[in-house]
Amino acid sequence: MVPIKPRISVDYTENATVIRFVDEKILEEQEIQAVQESIMSVIEQSKHLNLILDFGKVQFLSSAVLGLLIRISKQIYEHDGQLRFCNINPKIYEIFKITRLTKIFDIYDDLASAEASFLHSD
Amino acid sequence: MEMKTPISRSMTVASNVSVIEVECRWILTQLEANDFSAADIFAVHLALEEAFINAVKHGNNMDGSKVIKIDYSVEAEKIEICLTDEGVGFAPDDVPDPRDEENLYKTGGRGLFLMRAYMDVVEFNESGNRVRMVKHRSKKAKTKSASS
Repeated sequence: MVPIKPRISVDYTENATVIRFVDEKILEEQEIQAVQESIMSVIEQSKHLNLILDFGKVQFLSSAVLGLLIRISKQIYEHDGQLRFCNINPKIYEIFKITRLTKIFDIYDDLASAEASFLHSD
Repeated sequence: MEMKTPISRSMTVASNVSVIEVECRWILTQLEANDFSAADIFAVHLALEEAFINAVKHGNNMDGSKVIKIDYSVEAEKIEICLTDEGVGFAPDDVPDPRDEENLYKTGGRGLFLMRAYMDVVEFNESGNRVRMVKHRSKKAKTKSASS
């Protein structure tokens, strides 16, 4: 049995909670499940959470990860929170674009602009 | 040292998602050796993993006793990959378009769409348990002279 490593890091800024994926790639069901549980536990800790997912390290993702991101977005909206993505490399962004998930996710170039967006939406 | 010649390989592997990691790395190395672009390599990587995951999950129904057959060939101008699972197959044309409004919030159903979006050819046998994918090498952009 291969141990599941922690797959995310969590930082708290003035306006937001920032979750960074620490792996370049998430593929296996076990890994996706581990990431999901970690992120869901952060979301469930507070209402009205301003959450930013930072994709800076992510070089590759599969359709299963897109499913994970949709589950996360549903969960955060159920908790009256807001969700932003940032630092997505062009190849990954292309996946969001061709699947039209850019219509349902708020994507920003970098962390600063994602954080600033919460100020404008308040 | 990888050779820049047509390479073809055929293997039967366990129906387990972790298996594709090793095979995928080998195939992508062949593409690098044949000067495929980073975009082409990303496309083949994505399509191959999606196809393999589909074969494990939907084809072989997560049955670890089943196997998946992988046949591939790399030539100077294209790569061709065939995956065959032991499942009963499916009707690819019945898979809904994940880009439709009513499907946007669905958590699954994008694998086949991504395979089709990133490969030049994606076709199934009649029963739907064998997929053949082809990617042609992209033309490289001309590099600009630094002095011009």
